[in-house]
Amino acid sequence: MKRQTKIKNFIYPLLLLAPALIILLVFKVLPIILAFRFSFFNWGIAGSKGFVGLRNYKIMFQDPLFWRSLLNTFYYAIVTVPLSMIFSMIIAALLNRGIKALGVFRTIYYLPVVTSLVAVSVVWKWLYDPTRGLFNQILQFLGLSPLQWLQEYRGIFELILGKELPLLLKGPSLALFSLSILGVWRSLGYNVVIFLAGLKNIPKVYYDAAKVDGANTFQTFWHVTVPLLSPTTFYVAIMTTITSFQMFAPVWTMTGPPPGGPLHSTLVIIYYLFRRGFEEYLIGYGSAIAFVFFLIILAITILQRKYLEKRVYYEV
Amino acid sequence: MRYKISKLLIYAVLLFGAFWMILPFFWMITTSFKTEGESVRVPPTWIPHHFTIEGYKAVFETFNFLNYIKVSATVTFLNLLAVLLTSVLAAYAFSWFKFKWRETLFTAILSLMIVPVPVYVIPLYIIVQKLNWIDTYYALVVPWAVSIFSIFLLRQHFRSIPRDLYDAAVIDGCGRMRFLFTIILPLTKPALITISIFTIIAAWNAFMWPLMVTNSENMRPIQVALAYFAQGESTNYPALMAASTIAILPLVVLYLIAQKYIVESYARSGLKE
Repeated sequence: MKRQTKIKNFIYPLLLLAPALIILLVFKVLPIILAFRFSFFNWGIAGSKGFVGLRNYKIMFQDPLFWRSLLNTFYYAIVTVPLSMIFSMIIAALLNRGIKALGVFRTIYYLPVVTSLVAVSVVWKWLYDPTRGLFNQILQFLGLSPLQWLQEYRGIFELILGKELPLLLKGPSLALFSLSILGVWRSLGYNVVIFLAGLKNIPKVYYDAAKVDGANTFQTFWHVTVPLLSPTTFYVAIMTTITSFQMFAPVWTMTGPPPGGPLHSTLVIIYYLFRRGFEEYLIGYGSAIAFVFFLIILAITILQRKYLEKRVYYEV
Repeated sequence: MRYKISKLLIYAVLLFGAFWMILPFFWMITTSFKTEGESVRVPPTWIPHHFTIEGYKAVFETFNFLNYIKVSATVTFLNLLAVLLTSVLAAYAFSWFKFKWRETLFTAILSLMIVPVPVYVIPLYIIVQKLNWIDTYYALVVPWAVSIFSIFLLRQHFRSIPRDLYDAAVIDGCGRMRFLFTIILPLTKPALITISIFTIIAAWNAFMWPLMVTNSENMRPIQVALAYFAQGESTNYPALMAASTIAILPLVVLYLIAQKYIVESYARSGLKE
């Protein structure tokens, strides 16, 4: 009798869990294991599936396009993340100063977050159009020369200085930089809301103390707001970086043809993985890229945690 | 006086920012109501001189968008049902039942969240292909029928319900399922709305996966169709912008209705798409 209830107590929750567990096993756990396994196999369009050990990884480390895609991904993140964070922190700090139209502003800033990335990419491609796009029309109206935006392979530092530069000094291409601008625009509202929530958590006492000490607005911001906001900043940094590393839809929709152009200057890692693993059906090679991508995401999470934790002020 | 100037400066900066946030949407809508000729005029017109709905007509008549909308709406609806069902049941098991390995299993499931989809998307494609699901609703819905985050969120809410309620209900002869549906679910409505909103947004906006598993035009969701439309070197800008407006509109309406809810639940959960 007692044994029976025991079994019953086990079976019942298991039945409740069954749908979720089966789906997770088949469509998440299994493919994760397979991704790791496939990366050691030579599995291409011909369908031959031989175990090749680390060969896919060796090929990858000698593949200039793989390195290019990594560099582009880092460039994209290194431009997008700080810009998005600085702007959103400023906007949040301003919105937090007893603004009357807070609701209206928040609605506007947040709007891009819920919109489809494909649709906004299509709209921005039109804004960036070199001949009839709005951005160039605005530049010309201001008496500036138009830019090639998404079709410009030259690095932004080359464009600023007006001369050719060696490889790494070029900086991201203007095409990639244009994607970063879109990335900042789209992530801004989300980060503003997170920062606003963080600001609300800072006790008023600290501001009163700063006032008593005669600190001006900027001193207060720098010595009170910034350190006390650091847990939020830490969180936003990680989230925005990880999202940036997975950028895909804008490349597919806005760049090229073929996507990733001009001259591979917007080829980011997820698109490269997609091209090799799916479009060219190089399952083994694509899986090797996927695994390295996973290690990078993992490393970012750990590194950011370690580095930022030291500077994060937790005792609020 | 100094106070007034700084207040003015704050509004100026905020308005300047808001202008750039709105501009792409404004340009999208205004272009969508222009004629093809007016859309490429230099200098551009801010408000269409000849207001026309030709762009929208083209989207529905020439480019068959009604079908894509139908596919997206179906996928979104099925996805929502599936996620609600799987996460309610799983969260119930994780919060109201004691069984061996419960916490271990829960932690294991949570840890799966750190693996981003692109990492396993290729083997996932092969599995779905082996199941002969390419170009079916199964491919678009089943792999995303479980949301780990939703299980997590619901579990938190289910746990906050006092145990006494359960004992009282059992005395009244209430079964475990009836207790879930008549007592727990009505009490956790806010959490259910939150996960519904997340699921709707993610399903409607999904791109990479539908791009991979749909070949036939009949099974194409709106985001994929729009991306192909834009990639096809189309110069019919009013139609392109009309299509974009249509792809964005349902979620903007949802956002404006449930705005406070969406913003807050995103902020609280710390979840992005």
